Amino acid sequence: MRAMRLHPAALTLVIIGAVIMMIPLLWVLGLSFKSNAELLADTSRVFSPPYTLENYLNIFGNGEVFRWIINSLIVSLGMTTGVLVISSLAGYAFARLDFPFRNLIFIIVLLGLAVPEQAVIIARHQMFSAVEMHNTYFALIIPGMATPFGVFLMTQYFKAIPKDIDEAALLDGASRFTVFWKVLLPLTIPAQATLGIFVFLTAWNDYWWPLISGTNKEMFTLTVGIASTQQNFAQTEGLGFLMSQAVFAALPILIVYLIFQKYIIQAVAGAAGR
Amino acid sequence: MTDTLSVETASIPKVKRRKAVDWDGYLFIAPYLALFLLMIVTPLLIGVWLSFTKGDLFGVERFVGFENFARLAGDPIFREVVWNTLYFVVLTVPTLTILGLALALALNFQTRWAAVLRTIFFSSTVLSVTVVTLVWRLVFLPDGGLLGEISEALGQTPVAWLNDPQLAMPAIAITTIWWCLGLPMVLYLAALQQVPRELYEAAALDGAGRWRTLWSITLPAVRRTTMIVIVIEIILQFQLFGQPQLMTLGGPNNATRPIVLFIYETGWRQWELGYAAAAAQVLFAMIMVAAMAQYFVSSRKEEA
Repeated sequence: MRAMRLHPAALTLVIIGAVIMMIPLLWVLGLSFKSNAELLADTSRVFSPPYTLENYLNIFGNGEVFRWIINSLIVSLGMTTGVLVISSLAGYAFARLDFPFRNLIFIIVLLGLAVPEQAVIIARHQMFSAVEMHNTYFALIIPGMATPFGVFLMTQYFKAIPKDIDEAALLDGASRFTVFWKVLLPLTIPAQATLGIFVFLTAWNDYWWPLISGTNKEMFTLTVGIASTQQNFAQTEGLGFLMSQAVFAALPILIVYLIFQKYIIQAVAGAAGR
Repeated sequence: MTDTLSVETASIPKVKRRKAVDWDGYLFIAPYLALFLLMIVTPLLIGVWLSFTKGDLFGVERFVGFENFARLAGDPIFREVVWNTLYFVVLTVPTLTILGLALALALNFQTRWAAVLRTIFFSSTVLSVTVVTLVWRLVFLPDGGLLGEISEALGQTPVAWLNDPQLAMPAIAITTIWWCLGLPMVLYLAALQQVPRELYEAAALDGAGRWRTLWSITLPAVRRTTMIVIVIEIILQFQLFGQPQLMTLGGPNNATRPIVLFIYETGWRQWELGYAAAAAQVLFAMIMVAAMAQYFVSSRKEEA
């Protein structure tokens, strides 16, 4: 064991920091269980009863918010599936197959990691306008599938699998695709999990592209929908309702985080440390 | 790569080996490559082209050379948004780096408590910008907000953080640090686990104290990570957008309007796509320069 232990003063600071991290979230959670009428009069009794489920029940009574949740699910799951499929195919090829210009193409794809969203978003918006594709799930899903990170991660992972495994299968007369599909792909499940969770999180939280592409209220994702209702929240009587939407947007993500913490941290650190 | 491959396959009977140029790989990369060309390369090139054009009343772009860039250079608002962005980067990046390292040092233990605290400090990172800004607008709200309630309980007059030109940007910086602290912490934790334990044992044998060990062993060992953290955070924080767009709309009096919000408003409120694209190219260049400068400075230190 390491000789050093945490100094009590440092421990105190860390715990104070953790409390500061938690309080805003608990405050919002508290507000979401308060009736709107009570909040209009006074917000200071958040941490004392009475509490109510009215705001959460309203989400299911409110077709609009419910629609946004469904949209977010369709977009996030669609993007995740898409990235997993095309990144696995490309990752296998970059790691295992020899084809002309392979290394050059791989380097160009990696350079794509350095392109920030601002540098492409205006023209991308123009392109989708030109084919009148805005306000479709297709437009919300496709751009996010082009992330080079997936290809990078899958290539690394396929490279780490010992070559003997697929060579043995090839000798047995299996085709390239069978080797990929039946032999190697099952071995990449940990990487699929890491990548899938990472893409899901990014898609669920994405803001700028859905803001400018899905401009019809029916095509809002939950992230954009919450943004659209929060502009004048101080005046509205729906503060508690708005908070319940925020909890709804945050809760699935926090649960996914708590369950898959290990994978998420791997993915985030991998995406950053590339 | 190819060398090791041929050595390994040499022992295998040559039934399945193909000598001719093999294009099969393209079948596997085609779906991704199509998306990459269509969604990244093409818009990048069109964006560069757009920055040299100006749309007329009918929305037809015509080539205007460097006119947009000259206009940016003389635009007092653009100068202001560049300053705001730099100010925000200075407020956030050093703090995130130092706090990230401090937290990683404090929580690099194999105990359950350390694990719980790590979970807490990373949890805000997974939230979306709309949830984060919603939470923090409620914290900063003078009338009925969290800080307002606290200062009233202490007998103070609540401060209208987001309406004060001096305090609005620091408030956005605090929000951002709360949101983004998890990433530098995780990167430093990964780095600390790579430091050989023998180094610490040797330092302890030499009678080095906490600070001496931190200064002579830990900090040099995580120098490369520090460089990565700083570069990543500069790139991320240069792209500030959602927080001011949702919390202050760039106000009061432009005090919190960053470059990306300028691009968004120029492009989608005023529909001056060429001008917005030019601003985007400037931002892209600034990010590249900052990242490269940091990289250059750090690699020079490494040689010394």
